[in-house]
This record gives sequence, C-alpha cells and structure tokens, in this order.
Amino acid sequence: MLSRTADHLFWMSRYMERAENTARMLDVNYQTSLLPQSADAAEKGWKGLLSISELSGDFATRFGQVSARSVMDYMVADAANPSSIRSCLMAARENARAVRGKLTTEVWETQNQTWLEFQRMVATNDFHKDPSALFEWVKFRSHLSRGVTVGTMLQDEAFHFIRIGSFLERADNTARLLDVKFHAVESEFFGPGNGGGRARDIEFDFYHWSAILRSVSGFEVYRKAYRNVIRPEKVAELLILRQDMPRSLAACIHEVVGNLRRVANEQSGETLRKAGRLMADLEYGRIDEILATGLHAYLTQFLERVATLGVGISRDFLVPVEA
Amino acid sequence: MKPSFDEMQADATTVREHYRGYEEWLARQPRDVMTSRREEAEVIFRRVGITFAVYGAKDEDGSGTERLIPFDLIPRVIPAHEWAEMEKGLAQRVTALNRFIHDVYHDQEIIRAGLVPAEQIFENAQFRPEMMGVDVPGGVYSHISGIDIVRAANPDGSGSYYVLEDNLRVPSGVSYMLENRKMMMRLFPELFSQHRVEPVAHYPDLLLETLRAVAPASVNDPTVVVLTPGMYNSAYFEHAFLAQQMGVELVEGQDLFVKDNFVYMRTTQGPKRVDVIYRRVDDDFLDPLAFRPDSTLGCAGLLGVYRAGNVTLSNAIGTGIADDKSIYPYVPKMVEFYLGEKPILNNVPTYLCREPGDLKYVLDHLGELVVKEVHGAGGYGMLVGPAATKAEIADFRKALEANPAGYIAQPTLSLSTCPTFVDSGIAPRHIDLRPFVLSGKKVQMVPGGLTRVALKEGSLVVNSSQGGGTKDTWVLEA
Repeated sequence: MLSRTADHLFWMSRYMERAENTARMLDVNYQTSLLPQSADAAEKGWKGLLSISELSGDFATRFGQVSARSVMDYMVADAANPSSIRSCLMAARENARAVRGKLTTEVWETQNQTWLEFQRMVATNDFHKDPSALFEWVKFRSHLSRGVTVGTMLQDEAFHFIRIGSFLERADNTARLLDVKFHAVESEFFGPGNGGGRARDIEFDFYHWSAILRSVSGFEVYRKAYRNVIRPEKVAELLILRQDMPRSLAACIHEVVGNLRRVANEQSGETLRKAGRLMADLEYGRIDEILATGLHAYLTQFLERVATLGVGISRDFLVPVEA
Repeated sequence: MKPSFDEMQADATTVREHYRGYEEWLARQPRDVMTSRREEAEVIFRRVGITFAVYGAKDEDGSGTERLIPFDLIPRVIPAHEWAEMEKGLAQRVTALNRFIHDVYHDQEIIRAGLVPAEQIFENAQFRPEMMGVDVPGGVYSHISGIDIVRAANPDGSGSYYVLEDNLRVPSGVSYMLENRKMMMRLFPELFSQHRVEPVAHYPDLLLETLRAVAPASVNDPTVVVLTPGMYNSAYFEHAFLAQQMGVELVEGQDLFVKDNFVYMRTTQGPKRVDVIYRRVDDDFLDPLAFRPDSTLGCAGLLGVYRAGNVTLSNAIGTGIADDKSIYPYVPKMVEFYLGEKPILNNVPTYLCREPGDLKYVLDHLGELVVKEVHGAGGYGMLVGPAATKAEIADFRKALEANPAGYIAQPTLSLSTCPTFVDSGIAPRHIDLRPFVLSGKKVQMVPGGLTRVALKEGSLVVNSSQGGGTKDTWVLEA
C-alpha cells in the first residue's frame, strides 16, 4: 500500500476519534454545569477542557473570558480551531476523500455523510438549545464509522492503519482527560495531607468521578467491574490498567500493538519494541505504584511515549512528519 | 427557419422508431414521480460524492466548491445500426491519429508528402521534441481517446454525425458515463427490462487490459497505477473511481521517485516498481526536470525513464500534437494517407485563421461562426457568433486580428436536441456525445459514451464548467 494512502487512513480515523472524544468531554462538562455548583467551579471545568486540548492560549487571545457558550462555540463549530468538532470531522472526511478508493463504499459514505449532516445541523439548528443531542449524534457517528469499518473492510493493511489511528488517538485522549480531571483535585486526594473528608466532598466526589466515568462511557462499567462506591483510585485503575475496559490506556495500547505487528516492515522493529514495552508496563503495572509516583507525572510520561510512537509510525510507514 | 434535428421527435407528432418504447413509458409517468426521482438522484450523487471542483470558486469557509454535474433523467438513445457505423468510424479515426503521432515523432512522411505544413507541426506548442525517435510499445500513443461527436441537422431535416474535436491528452468524463448508467438502473429498473440496452460497466476492465497491453515489453506482470494531480483537481472523483474499479493504486507525484532508471512508488513495505502510469496530469507537469520546473505534480527524472523504455505513460507524451484544433482539419487526410481508406466520420468544415483567405472570410462572418482558440478547452476562449453581443464580437475581433494563427472557425452547427427534464417540464436541449476509444493490442470501446447536454435553453455549450449536464446514453442492441 502507498505510504501516503496509509497516512490518510491513519489520520482519517484519528480525527474521527478526536471528534468523538471532544464531544464526550464537552458533554460531560455541559452535564456537570447543570448541577448546582459555584460559578468558579463551572469556569474551572471549561478551562480544564481547553487545557486538555492545549488550547487555553489560543482561546484567551481570541475570546478572552471563558463562558460555557463561548467554549462550546469554539470547540464545536469554530473553523479556525483545529481541534473543534467541525475541524476534526472535516479533516476526517478530507482524508477519507483522498483515499476513497481504498475504503468500502459504506465507510466512505459514512464519513461523507457525517460531514454533510454536521454542516447542515450547525447551520440550521441552534445547537445550544440542546447541546447533548449534538454530542450524542457525534458519538453515534463515530460508533457508526468504526462499526462500518469493522463490518465491511477487508482486514488488510488499510484496516490495520485505520485501527492504529483510532486507538493511538483514544489512548492520547483518555490520558489527557484523566490528567486534567485528576489534576483539578489531586491535592485533595493524592497529594500530601489528603483524606480531608469534609462532608461537601463526598457529594462532590461522586459527581466529579462519575462525570469522568460517564465521559468515557464507564459509569456502568465501573459498577459492574467493582460493585462498589466510586473511589478515585479505582476510577484511575479502570481507565489506565483494565484491559477489558475499551477506552482504557491498556486496552488502547494493546490494540495498537496487535495492529502494528500485522503491518510490520523491515524498519519498524524499534517502534514495535517501544509499543510492546509500553503495553507490558500497563499490563504488569499496579495502580498503587502509579499513584505513589504521582498520577500527573505518570500521565505526562505516558503522553510523551504515545507521541513518540506516533512519530515512529509516521517515519516507518507513513509520510514522515516534517521536523 | 433554421433546420433542426431532434433525437426523439421526427416531427411534432412522430416519434422516431428507436425512441417509441421509451416515449410511451415516459408519457405514462406523472410529473411528480419524475421530480422525486430527480431529487433522489441528486441525493445519491451527493452522498456518494460524485462531484467536481470548480476552479476559482470558493465556499464561504474558503474551501473549494464541490458541485454536482446536473444529471438528466431522459436518456439519449442511439439505434444499433448508427452505433455500428460510428464504432467503425471511431476505430478508423483513432488508428489514423496514432499513426500520425508516430509519424510526427519519427519519419514525418506526412510532411514530406506535403499534406500537413511543416510549420504546423514544429511551431506548435504541443509538439514535443523530446519525443523524437522515442519508440513506445506497439507504436500506440493515445491509449485513451475521447472523440467529441455532434449530430447536426441537414437542410432536408435529416441529421449527420460530425466529429467536433479529438481529445487525446487526458480526456475525462468516462466515470459519469458509468455512474449515469448505474443511476438509471437504480431509478428505473423497469426500463431496462423493457429495453435491450448495451451494457457499459465493463469499461474499467477494458481499460486495465489496454494499459497492461502497452507495458514495457520486458515486464511479465506489469504494475499499473493512476497518477492524479490530487483531490483538488476537478476530475479527482474520476481518477479515484477508475483506480478503484481497476484495483490499482491511485498515486500522486509525491508518491513516485526515480532510481537507477526505473520508477518506484513509496509503499508501507518499501519501494515498489511501477511499469504503466495512466497519468491524468498534463505533459507540462509530468517531470520538473524536463518540463515546468515549478511542478509538484510530477516525478523528477520520469522523462528519462520513459525515453529508456522502462515505463509506459498513458497517454504518451506529445499526443497533443494530434488533437490540436489547428491539426484537426487534416485528420480526414490522415485517414486516407495512413490507412488508404475513405474516412467514415465527417469533420466539421473548418476555417484556419492562419490562412489569409480564411481569416478574411471569418472576420467578415463573425456573427455566424463559432470561433475557437486553437489551444482552448472546456468551452473557454470561444465565440459563438449568433449568441454573442456586439461588444463581445468586437472584443473577439481584436483578439483574432492580433493572433490569427491562434484561432479556427467553424459554421454554427445546429446541434441536435434531445428531450430533457427541465424546470418548465420536458423540453428539447442541445447535446453532444463523447465516446471513449481504447487502443492497446487492439482498438475497442464500450457502446455509447458520455452524452452532455446544454441545460440553458438555446445554449450550445455543453461543458460542465459552463452549465452543462449529462445524460445516460443508450445504444440499443440489434
């Protein structure tokens, strides 16, 4: 397969996954903002969302004050924001268009229709009336896009590069989400002098952690897996180490490694080694160790390793990223 | 009154024999059913992404405009005996054109015989001196030829086919021929059970067979690719479509590189040799080392590999010398000269403005003639005298006087019309036809071609960039 083709396929699925994760984060922030909370806490939530995507600076320069409406506009429909849902869906579709011949008709038409419908929805409806409906729709289109890929495509190289793109992006997004959400409250839970146990916190905790879980469709999964009250270290364990949780870091890296093995070529040995090592760290890691080193440090390092993998994959198979 | 020829109606009350079945069916269709079918077609075309990019036009968000080529529901029907004759004529014409190109780049017998003036060749921008003495597989240069044919009314009310133009560089439109048929079969399956319409869906197979047949002789199992300028090219859909249908790679210039006098493409498993390039990139952009140095669409060093016979380009470099409008008038002579046969297809009588006598006639009759730029394409740079304003004629006169050799002129043909479903109902609109002729080991084509229709009332310009649409083309089985 042409390197450029593999590159388009990889980025097609990355952008689709990114659109989904952005919708998930916006949705959970929006849902949380409907709960009774201080204006300060609400603003903190939206700021956190911007920092997950490393967009705080750009947003501040262009819009200044953070508000629910302005952040949603910026993250949903802003053409100048490369991480907005709009930009991601357009990029996914443009990448698909460039290699439509390598996709099944169903995959291409799904990507194309997602983009066409999104434009229509944003142009004709005021999505602020019911933002959750739009976010649900984006998630649904992403599910559909993955499903139609698995359900119709030959399991050849094209398929493997699409899968690598999805899971590498998801690993990145889940790690960022964890980092921001835990960071916001880290001092209270994992830092020195934790376990304050004020009455307010019990309620706050429940909503904070359940919001994270919901954003990765993990609330019911948590209940099923742990049959227990929601505790932050268990949330972290579920989203980092549990291989049976489809959005966990371990599950994502496991998929990346499996698909990388299938496309291995003469020069990809080192990239595969790094990916395998990352997988082993997750497979044999323990949450108490991770928390002891510090979650933020751990996730920062994880994101760096994922970025290195991305560069390695580009260099070995795709169109090398310009230095 | 000017003579006119309608493909369906022999006169106001008589439907031509080959249209009778269709006309009876059409008369039974309620208008709202046809309207909803047309909407259905539009939705499907857009979802499938059968669009073309309009150069220069931008959406409000700054991305290029993608438009649908309007698709008309009423097919253009050609009876079997007419197609049989046309097919023979097309094969003959394309064979002669290929012989001509070979001759131009080798012994130039036709010049020595005094049939084509030497300066028409050597001073022509489409002449590629790089091709002198280069042997291409089978001596075939134009593997894919799009021959534009119109039917014009004779004074007695009958019609005759004429070749309006040969397209031997990178003719496009064949994907619309195929998609239009698919659409018609989807919208009106019952029509195809009632009519015996010659199928066209095997075109990609014939194309692949042709491309494999012209691979360098030393290659057993040639690797064929389609070279596209990229997704912002107006015909990108077609490039991707043909590559997919043939099951070959769709490459861009950046995917190719030259090493040790062979062409390779970059793949996820390392370099892979390429033997045949069906290129949809103009000569000028093929190799920045040989032609335009600013081109990023081609592959540096390609010409050298090509001249060494290690890769086949389809079509060959330099075919433009034979489809130039200033060469067109000589094609009937080529048929006689190379094949010793009488041309089956007619040329439109043509005035060469480079000839002082012809120029004078053209200047005196600008209001009646169609004047075309010799190197123009896509319906740009032409004057349709009877439809032009005084100011347009005056402007064109200046351009023509400044550079007579850049223009040819032809009488305004009264192009045949075909019933077309337009906003006001069913009305006659002018049409042409572009069959696609494939030349490899043998010359072959699928029955019919792409019918283009000028959707504006009275308009003779069928180009999609200027408000033209397309129709399905039916050749009825004998």
